[in-house]
Order: sequence, then structure tokens, then C-alpha cells
Amino acid sequence: MKESEVQINRVDWIAVSIYFALVMIGWFNIYAVTYDSQVEKSIFDLTISSGKQLVWIGTAIGLITLIMVADYRFFENLSLVIYLIFLVILIVTPIFGKEVNGQILSIGFGEFRIQPGEFAKFATALALAKVMERPTFDLSKRNYQFIAFGVLLIPIVLILLQPDTGTAMVYFSLLIMFYREGLPQWYYGLGIGSVGITLLALGVDNNLYLAAVIILAMIVLIYLGKKSWQRILAFSLIGIGLIAYIYSIDFVVSKLPVHQQNRIMVLFNPDIDPLGVGWNVNQSKIAIGSGGFFGKGYLEGTQTKFDFVPEQDTDFIFCTIGEEFGWMGSLVVIGLFVGLLYRLVIMAERQKTRFSRIYGYSVISILLFHFMINISMTVGLFPVVGIPLPFFSYGGSSLWSFTILLFIFIKLDSSRASQLGRIS
Amino acid sequence: MRDQRPAVILLVIFLLSGILLVKLFAIQVLDDSFLKRAESNAIQRIVDHPYRGLVYDRSGKLLVFNNPIFDLMVVPREFHLKDTTKFCELFRISKEQLIEGYNAAKSYSKVKPSPLIKQLSNTDFARIQDFLVDYPGLFILTRSVRSYPSPTAAHALGYIGEISAGQLGRDTLSYYSQGDYVGLSGLEKYYENELRGNKGVKYKMVNVRGMDKGPFKEGQYDTISIAGKNLTSTIDLDLQQFGELLMAGKTGSVVAIEPKTGEILAMISAPFYDPNQLTGAEFGKTYKILNTDNSKPLFNRPIMATYPPGSIFKIVQSLIGLQEGVLTPNSTFACNKSLVACHNHPNPVNLFGAIRNSCNPYYHQAFRQIINREVSSNTFKDTEIGLNAWRENVLKFGLGAPLGIDMSGEKGGDIPSSKLYDRIYGAGHWKYSTIYSLSIGQGEMQVTPLQMANLAAIFANKGYYYTPHLIKEVDGDPKKIPAKFQEKKFVGVDARHFDLIQEAMVEAIYGTAARAVMTDLVIAGKTGTAQNSQGEDHSVFIAFAPKDNPTIAIAVYVENAGWGGRAAASTASLMIEKYIRKTISRPELQDYVIAGNFIY
Repeated sequence: MKESEVQINRVDWIAVSIYFALVMIGWFNIYAVTYDSQVEKSIFDLTISSGKQLVWIGTAIGLITLIMVADYRFFENLSLVIYLIFLVILIVTPIFGKEVNGQILSIGFGEFRIQPGEFAKFATALALAKVMERPTFDLSKRNYQFIAFGVLLIPIVLILLQPDTGTAMVYFSLLIMFYREGLPQWYYGLGIGSVGITLLALGVDNNLYLAAVIILAMIVLIYLGKKSWQRILAFSLIGIGLIAYIYSIDFVVSKLPVHQQNRIMVLFNPDIDPLGVGWNVNQSKIAIGSGGFFGKGYLEGTQTKFDFVPEQDTDFIFCTIGEEFGWMGSLVVIGLFVGLLYRLVIMAERQKTRFSRIYGYSVISILLFHFMINISMTVGLFPVVGIPLPFFSYGGSSLWSFTILLFIFIKLDSSRASQLGRIS
Repeated sequence: MRDQRPAVILLVIFLLSGILLVKLFAIQVLDDSFLKRAESNAIQRIVDHPYRGLVYDRSGKLLVFNNPIFDLMVVPREFHLKDTTKFCELFRISKEQLIEGYNAAKSYSKVKPSPLIKQLSNTDFARIQDFLVDYPGLFILTRSVRSYPSPTAAHALGYIGEISAGQLGRDTLSYYSQGDYVGLSGLEKYYENELRGNKGVKYKMVNVRGMDKGPFKEGQYDTISIAGKNLTSTIDLDLQQFGELLMAGKTGSVVAIEPKTGEILAMISAPFYDPNQLTGAEFGKTYKILNTDNSKPLFNRPIMATYPPGSIFKIVQSLIGLQEGVLTPNSTFACNKSLVACHNHPNPVNLFGAIRNSCNPYYHQAFRQIINREVSSNTFKDTEIGLNAWRENVLKFGLGAPLGIDMSGEKGGDIPSSKLYDRIYGAGHWKYSTIYSLSIGQGEMQVTPLQMANLAAIFANKGYYYTPHLIKEVDGDPKKIPAKFQEKKFVGVDARHFDLIQEAMVEAIYGTAARAVMTDLVIAGKTGTAQNSQGEDHSVFIAFAPKDNPTIAIAVYVENAGWGGRAAASTASLMIEKYIRKTISRPELQDYVIAGNFIY
């Protein structure tokens, strides 16, 4: 009895409060999406998505209770088992799953379906935490990097087979956690540099300009430094490599499926085909942009209510915030997410075990990625990838998986006093 | 080094969120184009067209009303047909028509209504109405077209039609939009602002498929339409119809004015057309036919046709002479036919006799005295000064410029000034002998039938007139008519000079227009003959009656009907009798006019 009291007191209520705030705001916005003044339906009506979402919220609270009453050692001890179970589910999903639009994302019976790709996130995070928790595990060393990337890449490959590029991309966000755990910085320099060059190559119409700039930069670099033949050769090779890379991007893009090509093109030229490819992003921007400073008021958003924005209760739920609550609403929601992430960083840093800290940063990485990419795509800063806004988007798999992801960490955090200090 | 990494991660979180907030601020607050695009997306502006005002005659009989017409509309998505044959039977269309109409509607929109059968008649509508419930996706759209219970007064009432691009461009208040109907002629055009009312606007929300999602903001921005004002016209329906009966098959004009008010009692432009022809869907087709007709039925002769005033103008000359003191009732001139041709009559004549006998040489000599007053020793200069002074006096009679009737397209006719002759002959190269034709209303003078009717009113009123007009009341209120129609205009000739004129006009009838004479109803009138180089002269007559306390002044023009004493005088006399007595006591005269054989 006394122990459970202590546990309750140690629960991080700030993080829990922000979680419930986001879930409730999300729920009200799901109702706003389906709201139709001509067919008055209660927010609790089970035939509309807000009513169903309430069921998901209720069951999520059940999940939270289960997680909170469980022994914290359960997650650590069974992490690899959970990971393996989900790998098996991911393998069988393409075989037994239900095909929708050429993708096999969900598995289950009748109404009850789950998307294993969503749940495999927390499983992968647990597995990485377990694998990396040993004090000797050093990410600056090649063989440990190999193990960590191995654990990460297996689910990615399986999800890509479904194929679900958006969800697969989410796993790469765990590189943020790798950064915290000591993966050398030059990896990130190289990564950010190549992403930058890729964007430039896609954004600049004529690659000749980029090639000219690269050649010029190399000449300047050679001219400024020591003029040994090795340096000249090295920089020449780097220059040639970069130019080859730029030209190869167009080739790679042309080999991508058409819908992905389109998504990339729309990013750089949103007006390219406003009724076709550009429709989603255009309508999404119109909905958000028409909100103004204070928004049109709750249930007054015409763009979201009248189906101008597609997939608005799932991937484009942020449009409702933008339209009905304006920039102030956007500020509040983004503020809540930043507040939660900030809180989670503080919580992660106060962990006594490396396992908890790694898991904490995994949660931070996944939430940050989802939140950033989802909102960026609704305002046209990122190509449309089908990933939900955590705690907001309609859907059981999404809400459950984020709830499990977050509350395992809140449970670990609340139990940190009982854990042995093993931190390196 | 590694201790900085949590800080770096936090920094990245703040930085990326900052970028999002800046981007959101840019599209939500700084850029208002999205708001406009959202409105054009989801908010439909639906114009509620008001009922156009009705038009009544002076005694309250309906002249123009709005006739509802019914279009059968279809919403293709909701329209499902089980038994095509039965449907075609009920709605009385062929299978081909149905398929064609449905496909056209579908290609326009599956969810927005389009017309399936246009302009159902009242009886078709009544028959179909009960079946409609069995056919979802069909409904009746009611519109209205102008309708005329009596097919009369087409020119005065005018017609409405779709607004032209040019008119839209001039519409600085942006009241109109493409496809709106506006008055294009007659009262419909002149009183457009009164008749049209005010459009209402409803803002309706639609979803992405264009389906109605109810009023925007509970309709707080909606405005209701205000029906147009009803007009009461000065037209006397019975008199107008009688005039049209008389003028049928002829070319010419009849304008009857109530002298004391300037109200136009009847205005006939022959040939005329049935105003019901220029309404609704048939407008374009009929307009083209009427517009290319050689007899020019659309030409509004009373205000657009101009003729030399002829002998009638001698009365104006007499009045100017009297007022200027150049003539007295006793002024006598010989009927010197070497000056200008004349017919045989007692000789010499005084002023009374000159009017009664319409003596040309009298006015040749009298006009010289009006013009050449020896103001200048140079006879050319003297003529110029005299002509311009005379012209000023003539203009006061409402000649030489449009009177300002409430119709568009009114011509002003022409009263020449010295400038015209300077241009033709060169300054200093013309004198009285050049311009003497003006003395008898010939030469370089042009007047409209309306101006002639107004002259008759001036003679009846002994020296004043009200601008002739067709409007009596706006919304039942006589004070709401334009102020210019309530303003008495004096012609600058003292009333005492008119007594002799009126007496002479009564006498003139016996001499030149015996057909116009009625027992117990004294008409004062004057015949005229407008010379026509293309064929028979035009028959002209002006008159007012009763001589004492006149209630009607009239001008009649019958083209190519020869002498004024026959066609025009007979028509005028019948019109006067019809207006004052309400019955016709001389059916044989009526038959004579209707038959129209005036040349013999």
C-alpha cells in the first residue's frame, strides 16, 4: 500500500497533464471535422469518428492503468521478447493482412484491426534500450554501431515491404537517440549535408548551376589550402562525387513510384496541379491559412467541415486547429508539444539507468519526428507522408501505440527511485 | 562534449518548432489570400432577385406584370428513373429530349441542378406538379418574365433584356451582374432604378462536392430582396388602344397630352408590335425579326422621327410676331403668290385670316419683319441678328432640343441658327431671301411629333407647358415623379396673344379640316403637310379640345397620307372624342380612318 502511494507521487504529472490536454483537444477537433450543422450528432455518437475515438481514449486509459500497475522490470526483461513478437507480426502482416490501396498495413479480425508498424515503434525502442544499456556499449565503435543499426533496420525493412514509407521513415528518427548516446557527430554532418544537397538538387531546376557552384567551391578550397597533389586529387574526387550524386538524384526520383514523385514535386511547386497532385497540400494550406490570428471559432471551419481537406481526421487533423483556432491555436498546440518534449528531455536526463534514458530519448525522437513532419506537411514544408499527429489523429492504432510508447517511459520514470544506479 | 548533446537536442526542438510557428504566422496572419480562397471554396453567394415593379395606366388598369414561368430542374445524382416510357408520357417529352437533357445536366454537374424542361406553361406545371413527388431529383424552379395583359403601348412601356457588357462596364456601383435583366427601352429603361428594387443576397455554405450545407453564419450576412416600386403611367389604356386601332396598318405617330399637366395620355408609334413578343426565351429571336423589319416597328416615331413642321409653324410665327410687337391682329398683307405659292382665299388677309387660311405669302412678309428689324444697316448682318433672336424665341416653345421626356432616344429636331447658313453659304453671303422658307415651317427645320403635341398643349395653355412625361405616380405617390415634370415652363408669349390664335384655330378647322368638326365639342386645330420628296406628303394635324378649358392636346402624323385635313385631322378628332366623350358618335369616320384610303 505504502509503496503504491510513493509510486503515484513519483508519476510525472506535468507530462501526464500535457498528454491528456493533447488527447482532449484532439478529440474535440475530430468532432469538428465530422460536425454537420444539418445533421446534428452528439460528440459521443458512436457512428461518427469522435464517438469511436472516445472509445479508443477509454481503452487507452485502460492501457495506461495496466502499464502503471505493472512491474517496471517487466518491460526491461521482456523487451527483446516483445521486439521479436512484433517482428513476427510484421513478417506475417503481408501474408494475412488486409490490402488497402496496395498497402497491407493492418492485421486482425473484422472491426478489430491493428497496424503492427505503429506498435513496433515502442518494441524497437525497448529492444534498442535493452541492447545498448550495457556500460561497455559504445556507439563510437564500429561493431556496436553495427548492432544498434541492425536492431533498427530489421523493422524498417519489414515495414518497407508493406510498403509504408512514412512509418519506415519514423524509425530513422531514433538517430536522435543515437546522437544522445554518442554516435559520432560527423555522421550527422554527413547526413544533414547530403539531405541539404539532395534538396538543392531537387529544388534547383538546372543541375548545371549546382555543378558550377561545386566546381567553383572546390577550386576556392584548393586555392586557399596547401597545394599538394594529394589535396588537389582529394578535392577533385569530392567534387566529381558530389556532381555525380546530384545527377543521380534525378535518376533515382524518376525511378520512384509516381505518387511519391508527385509528392516531392508538389513540395517545390505547390501550384503545379492544384486540383490533382497538389490538392491535399493546397487545401490544407487554404484551411490553415484562412484561420487568421484567432481562427474562425470552434465548429465554424468551412474548409475542414465540408471535406475540402482530405484525410482530415487522421493525417491532416492539424488543419482544424489552424482553421478554427488560428495562429493562437497553432501556438498553443505546438507549445504543448514542445512543452511535452522539453519535459521528456528533463525526465530522460534524470534517469538512473541507461535503459530508461535510452528508452526516454527514443520516445522523444519518435514524438518529435511525428509532430514536426506531420505539421510541416500540412503547411507545405514537407512532402505528404502518411504519418499521424501523436495523440490528435483519429484512430485506435495510432492513439494506443503513442500512449503505450509514452506511458512505459512515465512508468520507468516513476520507478527510477527503485532502480539501481547503473548509469555510465 | 557529450554533456552538450541534450542541450543540442533541445535546441533542435526549439529551432524546428520556431520555424513551424514562423511559417504558420506567414500563411495565417500575413497572407490573407488563403482566406479569400477558402471563401471561394466553401461559400456560395446566391442572389435573390426581387420582383420588378408593376406598371399601371392612369386609371389603375394593369399594363405590365410579372408572369411566373416554370423550369423543370434535375439533380442528376438524385434522379433515378425506373420507367422511362411512363415518365415521357407524364411529362410530355420524347425519349430523345429526356436523354439529351439529362446528359447535358450530368455533364454540367452531378449534384447541381440544371434545367431539364425549360419554360413549362401554367397548365403543364399544374399537371406535372402532382407527379413530382414520385421523382426524386426533380423540382420546379420558378422565374418570372414581363407580361402585358393588353398587347399595347409597346414603345412607351419598353422592354427588358439581359444586360450588355457595355452596360455592365458602366455600372460603377457593381449592382448588376452577368445575366441580369435590365430595362432596355421606354419606361422600363428610364425608371430602371425604381422598377428593379434591390437584390437580396444569401450566403450558403457548400461542401467539396458542391452540396448545400446550410446558411453561412446563420444567415447574419444575408439580405432580403426588396421588390421594385410600382409605377402608374400617364397612359390612358382605352385611348391608347383606340389610337392603335386607328393607326393599325399605317405609318406615323399619335401623341396626346393633358395640357395642364404635361401627362401623355396616349403615344402611338405605328407600326407597332405586341410587347409580349419581347419577353422571356423568345426575346433574342423576336428582337432580330423586329429589328430587321423594313417597316421599322422598333423605331419610336413620336420621339425619334423628325419632319419639317409645315403650316402649323405659322402659329408660332404669329405668336412671336405679336409678342415682339412686329405684328398686331390688324397687320394685313397681300396674298402675293409671286413670293411663295398659295391657294385661293380672300385677299388681303389680317392675322386671323392668315391663320385661318394658312396664307403662305402673309408669313413670307410677316417673317421678314420679324427678321429684318434694321438693327444693322448691313442687310446680311441684320438678317443674322434677326435670325438668332428669332431662334431664341422659337426654342422657348420646346423646339430645337429634346424636351426631356422620360424615355431615352428622344430627338431634338432642328431650328437653324446663323451658323448653319454661314456654313452652307459662307458668312455674309445669305440674307432673308435665302431663309424665307422658315416663315412657313419649311426649309432647314425639323420637329418631332412629340414637340408638335407639346405645341398644341402650349396653345391650349396660352403660353406654358409641362415637359411631356409618361410617369404619373411612383409607388402610388405623385410627388415622387422627377421634379422636372412638375415645373411649369413659359414660352415667353403673353397669354392675351393666344385668344386670337385659339379663335383662329377653331375657325381653321372649318376651312381646312371639316372632318374634324364635332357638334357640341369645340376643337381648335391646325392642319399641316410635311413635304416628302420620296412620295406622298405626310398628313399632319395638331389640335386641343375643348377650346375652353382644354383637357387634351394632340398631334397626329400619318406618313404618306397626303393632305393634313384627311388622315391626321380625322384621327385626331376621333381620339379627342374618345377621350372626352368615351364613345364614338361617328362610326363612319372611324371606318374611314381604319380603312386608310386617304389618297384620292
